[in-house]
Amino acid sequence: MIWFVVNGAERTADPVGPESLLTTLRDRLGLYGSKNACEQGECGSCSVILDGELVCSCLVMTVDTDGSDVVTVEGIADGDTLHRVQQAMAQGGAVQCGFCTPGIVVAASHLLDGGAVPTEEDLREALAGNICRCTGYGAIVRALGTLSGEAE
Amino acid sequence: METARPTHLDGALDALDADPDATILAGGTDLMVSVNYHALRPASVVGIRRVVELQEWEGRFIGAGVTYTRMERGPIPALAQAARTVGSPQIRNAGTLGGNLGTASPAGDALPVLAALDAEIVLRSKGSERTLRWDEFITGPKRNALQPGELILGARLPESIPPLQAFAKIGIRNAMVIAITSCCLFREEDGTTTIALGSVGPIPIRARRAEEMISAEANPSSAALNEFARLVADEVSPIDDHRSTAAYRRHASGVLARRLLERVLTR
Repeated sequence: MIWFVVNGAERTADPVGPESLLTTLRDRLGLYGSKNACEQGECGSCSVILDGELVCSCLVMTVDTDGSDVVTVEGIADGDTLHRVQQAMAQGGAVQCGFCTPGIVVAASHLLDGGAVPTEEDLREALAGNICRCTGYGAIVRALGTLSGEAE
Repeated sequence: METARPTHLDGALDALDADPDATILAGGTDLMVSVNYHALRPASVVGIRRVVELQEWEGRFIGAGVTYTRMERGPIPALAQAARTVGSPQIRNAGTLGGNLGTASPAGDALPVLAALDAEIVLRSKGSERTLRWDEFITGPKRNALQPGELILGARLPESIPPLQAFAKIGIRNAMVIAITSCCLFREEDGTTTIALGSVGPIPIRARRAEEMISAEANPSSAALNEFARLVADEVSPIDDHRSTAAYRRHASGVLARRLLERVLTR
């Protein structure tokens, strides 16, 4: 049994063997926002913030997170108030099928919450590990660009 | 599954002493792929992510737990560039130098940097420590000299690192790619040059004849640059695989070698 903090709330989980944090979040804690696609760290759809660092939850062994702080996409909004990244993506039409969206929201909000005033290039580099196969990068970058240092 | 999560080196070495065959988990970027694809079902795991001693980067000693993100922001430009080409921000936040050595993939991006610097790899087990040169430690593709009960402590670089240095890698895009060919070059002001290439042999390849030839050229002519590239291409030992062909990798080795040398010479 492990104990950790997920989206600000203390949780316990009983992972089976070496299962990934992604599996634990989805199958044991009912947090389906983090998506399971490649399971090899290629696609970024399972991105979470672990102890302040952006990582792929599919590459984290849950037993190694005992005592850690985890923020998933479910923890990005403040109650019913969307994070400005979510707001910008909704307003900018930056969502098509939506599968990559949670990972993009986590990665982009982490970048901006760190105090960055990103250029378009910074945004593209920060999202290099988040694959969108629709492919809507243009719309995503344009939407997030309204929050960037190049806005206005 | 038995699990140990030490926070100090002593605890990690005790855990490995008690269970020498335990699987060592660092950033998980290689290990968890094997777990997720059912290639590995560890009976016991020693997670070393929190071991503070492994996070140290003091002068020329880089702890095994230093992540690519830290290498990217570190003081060695060639290593920073190599780290920057690894995966994505997510991968660079998790993956470590020790993990690159532990996996010992021919495509490990930090490895040509260590090879070109003749880095030493420091290994520790409970009660003993040994130091191996990089090519004594990396023994083959995904093989190394780490013994049960041992932990990679880190890499020791030489006292003096040549100021002229560069790293480049070829892949099918700029992010999230495994190297088709990678190359790292160091050059002293007096011309002494070392060059190592990745993904073109079972372990990183030092092009020694090319090094000797170009080290004697204080101001290499265009003909000398061509000869350097030819020798490098001649000395690598690539294979055909799903990522590229031996012929392309051999050609790319010469191109990268010449390009990096020109880059440092024009700085």
